[in-house]
Amino acid sequence: MNTANTNQAKIRDNQGNAWVYSNIVKDHFFNPRNILFSGEEDEYEADATGRVGSPACGDEMVLWLKIDPKTEKIKDCKWQTFGCGSAIASTSMLSVMLTENDGLTIDEALKIKPQDIMGRLGGLPNRKIHCSVLGDKALQSAINDWFRKTGQHKCVSTAGSKVIDKELNITDHDIEEAVLEGAKTLEEVQNKLKVGASSPDSIPEIEQLIRFYSEKYYGESYF
Amino acid sequence: MKKLESQFVYLDHAATTSVDKRVKKTMDPFYTTNFGNPSSLYASGLFSKRAIDKSRKIVADFFHTNSYNIYFTGGGTESINMAIFGVVKKHAKSGKHLITSKIEHEAVLSSMKRLEKEDFEVTYLDVDVDGFVSLNDLKKAIRPDTVLISVMYANNEIGTVEPIAEIGRLILKHRKDNNTIYPIFHTDACQATNYLDMDVEKLHVDLMSTNGSKIYAAKGVGVLFKRKEIKIEPLFYGGGQESGLRSGTEDVPAIVGLGKALEIITEEREAEIKRLVGLRQYFWDKLQEKIAKIRLNGPCLDDLKTRLPNNLNVTFLDIEGEALLLYLDAVNIMCSTGSACTSLSLDPSHVLTACGLPYEYSHGSLRFTLGKENNKKQIDYVMEHLPRIVEKLRKISPVNLAYDPNKNNHPKIHQR
Repeated sequence: MNTANTNQAKIRDNQGNAWVYSNIVKDHFFNPRNILFSGEEDEYEADATGRVGSPACGDEMVLWLKIDPKTEKIKDCKWQTFGCGSAIASTSMLSVMLTENDGLTIDEALKIKPQDIMGRLGGLPNRKIHCSVLGDKALQSAINDWFRKTGQHKCVSTAGSKVIDKELNITDHDIEEAVLEGAKTLEEVQNKLKVGASSPDSIPEIEQLIRFYSEKYYGESYF
Repeated sequence: MKKLESQFVYLDHAATTSVDKRVKKTMDPFYTTNFGNPSSLYASGLFSKRAIDKSRKIVADFFHTNSYNIYFTGGGTESINMAIFGVVKKHAKSGKHLITSKIEHEAVLSSMKRLEKEDFEVTYLDVDVDGFVSLNDLKKAIRPDTVLISVMYANNEIGTVEPIAEIGRLILKHRKDNNTIYPIFHTDACQATNYLDMDVEKLHVDLMSTNGSKIYAAKGVGVLFKRKEIKIEPLFYGGGQESGLRSGTEDVPAIVGLGKALEIITEEREAEIKRLVGLRQYFWDKLQEKIAKIRLNGPCLDDLKTRLPNNLNVTFLDIEGEALLLYLDAVNIMCSTGSACTSLSLDPSHVLTACGLPYEYSHGSLRFTLGKENNKKQIDYVMEHLPRIVEKLRKISPVNLAYDPNKNNHPKIHQR
């Protein structure tokens, strides 16, 4: 078989506009870097984990970080992605950006914007921009996990969400994610978020949100 | 690696077909030599006119009807638009209710959506897990103000063959019992023409659409069958070609080619269906043997009456269709996917969703539609690559779905 066409993956959108992934996207899609193969997750012993998305919405990403507790530098980064070409390429590129030149500090990593990932990829088709946003969210989620594990609750990023528990900086979004990961009770949500007892004032609201998101995501049966 | 005769393995015949060489041969003279306008009175014009008439007769014979019921159009979408808008423009005074199914092609669904903005009410019939419309549902949906029912003959994604003849009979009975000419019945037969009985008398349809691009004829040419007694309004106006229903100079070569394509179908259909069913079974057996965690979407493969012989729609669990499609494209294998990533809306296939397939299963679906050029050697080539690609993408996927959709404990919907 002729291999000259190997890097010419093309598809068209519904409006008939041809679009082609950049060569960098194709390279990262066909040769993804820093993958943690499924089945090897436990051996990896990550310091922090972030999971975003869901197979139902078409992409899901998991990012594992090893972080030096003294310097807060990212020593290593691994990932898995269920998703399209640009989702896979975006996560791969993000993992390279986090670990190149001895690794970024957490502060530096938090400054990475979806646009930076896209820039390094040589651009993404307009319809695929959300794929790079998801990578950014996975990173934020992993770093939040690190902050919680190291007791830095004040540092947990709450941008764009409503803070439910001021003491522990738990947002409605955190509860949503916890429910998405299968938590059904207050205790399970606390376990997912790796926090102890919340302040009593916020418990009714947390419970209400758990009910809300459980109904939203699990309430309907498809079959 | 095995040598292939062709550079590509094209498994997307439901999207479009190549033009059969024999078809192209009949078209060629009408581009350069006999290019006269069929409306012109001199010899070259008359030659073109006769060629169209001949083609019209072939189509009429293929549909078991008269030539005057056949209209050439600019493609399947145009035929469908002509049928739907043509009927409602003429008959809106008699009622503003329409019925269709949830798994129609966009040409029908988008037309219906447009009409909803003009105060028409549309009932979208549910389908069962294999994509079948229920006759009972349809019967219940008919109202005194229902002017048009449009149900596809065969589905483009999962190959489901709808019970058009039964629907037709049901509608006839309704009309007789209620002494009315409504509802008018249209079927989109674009995917059916290659393989199914297109006898309009057996199907009891009033309007039927098909096109050239799915039957090894040219793109940009279609056919609308319309019973003489059904009156419709034209979509556009001009020189009055096609009995005033489709003005515009006829695409003579394409029309000639379409006639030839139907002649070839008549001659070769029986053997080709047998061959495709065998090839598809071979492919499906190999897939099941070599790749774990896959699901067949659509009706069972054994019954020729209920599924197109060339359609195979498979979900590969835990991976996403666009990634799979691009990896296949890299080794020159072409097929399509129901994944959201290839749609503008970022919603997965409306057909698979209507059949009750959860989003996460639709995202991992591939549609293979076989055709004339495909053979066992090509399927073997696909099977050299596909298992390896699936394994690679599964290794980098964090998802591990249960085979039974009910056993998955993850969100059904996820909003960002």
